[in-house]
Amino acid sequence: MDYIAQGFIHAIKLLLSGNPETYSAIITTLKVSTLSISMSLLIGIPLGFLLGYFSFPGKKQCRAVVDTLLAMPTVVVGLLVYGFVTRRGPLGEMGLLFSIAGIALAQTILVIPIVISLTATAIESLDRRLRVNLLTLGARGKQIAIASLLEARYAVLTAGVTAYGRAISEVGISMMIGGNIKWHTRTITTAIALETGKGQFAMGIALGLVLLAIAFTMNGIISALKRKTA
Amino acid sequence: MKRLLRNVTLVSVLFFVLLGAQAVFAQDVLKMATTTSTDNTGLLDYLAPQIKTALGIELQWVSVGTGKALELGKNCDVDVLLVHAPAAEKKFVDDGYGVDRRQVMFNDFVIIGPKADPAGVKGQSIDEFFKTIEAKKAAFASRGDNSGTHKKEQELWKAAGFAAPDKEQWYIQTGQGMLGTITIAAEREAYTLTDRGTFIKYESNWKGNPPMVILVEGDKTLRNQYSVIPINPDKCKNVNYDLATKLALWFVGPEAQKLIGDFKLMDKQLFTPNAGE
Repeated sequence: MDYIAQGFIHAIKLLLSGNPETYSAIITTLKVSTLSISMSLLIGIPLGFLLGYFSFPGKKQCRAVVDTLLAMPTVVVGLLVYGFVTRRGPLGEMGLLFSIAGIALAQTILVIPIVISLTATAIESLDRRLRVNLLTLGARGKQIAIASLLEARYAVLTAGVTAYGRAISEVGISMMIGGNIKWHTRTITTAIALETGKGQFAMGIALGLVLLAIAFTMNGIISALKRKTA
Repeated sequence: MKRLLRNVTLVSVLFFVLLGAQAVFAQDVLKMATTTSTDNTGLLDYLAPQIKTALGIELQWVSVGTGKALELGKNCDVDVLLVHAPAAEKKFVDDGYGVDRRQVMFNDFVIIGPKADPAGVKGQSIDEFFKTIEAKKAAFASRGDNSGTHKKEQELWKAAGFAAPDKEQWYIQTGQGMLGTITIAAEREAYTLTDRGTFIKYESNWKGNPPMVILVEGDKTLRNQYSVIPINPDKCKNVNYDLATKLALWFVGPEAQKLIGDFKLMDKQLFTPNAGE
């Protein structure tokens, strides 16, 4: 119990005193998750739209695969990506191992299924009459697609938030691909793992609270955005 | 839709170009794989700024067990190693993965256990200790991660005349770093083998009054030798062999040797430099 109270005080101290190690981990976490979330939204939303909007043979099987990938353990993604980005691997030349870009790449792979699946569900659950309505209004192919996406924007936004939550909270990938290098690839979650391993529980809890604060801020921004546009 | 797809492709390409650019700019960075003990004790945090001023090298390290560090070396993922498992290191160099292994410093291994010492091992020799543990089935925490310390522990079991335990109830394989393992041992009131440096760090975390104490120490076989090994550039074209050698020479030079000798926690010296030996 003591640790939790200590952690709370410690968290506030760390943030207020501008502790450089803590801020370095926060910035790394934000860099990595922003990079991975932008990539996964850019690739995932169009794919999710295709999967939700059109019917084609094998659609159900596609959906099953994507939904299964939702449960992909982070360490498995980490291991697979390690196999590719190690110097002995096919992408070894790019020097992605132990870099922020490498973590972002692996996290993108981790969260893309979330974006695809939730976007597809959002598009599927749109009112069927919308399409007919748009057609009668003279909208064509691309216009229909964009209007449908706009109509589903809150659900898609939720997909983004969910994916973001998964990206900032994972530790397996950041540890394996990033290597937890101080000042470079140490994220909040790998720092927590390290501090706990060193028996510094209060520090670990403090960092956990910082992570929660970031998630809280993100959600705040999103819901403010929703209210403004609603 | 087409335009959207084109944009996605464009951004993807841009992303990877950026990744490539990052790799190009990362020139004076040296990547080192090392053991948890050099990192957990704070030695590398203390040496890194000195390395930056003396050599202009930005040292980035991943701290893992020696087994994994050697594996990262084999896969060409790092430029240099700082590890402590002499037998495995010699094999690593003989197999051609590393070159010019140089010894840097040593500390020693000690057996620690709960203050109450339930199995009564205080002051025993190292062989007697393992015999007592085996006979009394006293709880023993093992790293279980193929690290230098784990390899040493297996050697010691063998020297005492046993096969290393595996599935026995009292044998706890943590699979974690040294400080993590000590924490677990303390919770379970188990004995464990640790390097002295990490134990001093643990003591200082507890402000000098830890629940675990040193019970067996001082045997000649308990010496823990650390060495620096640049990765062989013939096996790994990408490694920065010149910088790695520069760093290795710095480690064994007078400046670093003095710094290592001066590194203290709670007024105790953690590592003894011995490049000259």
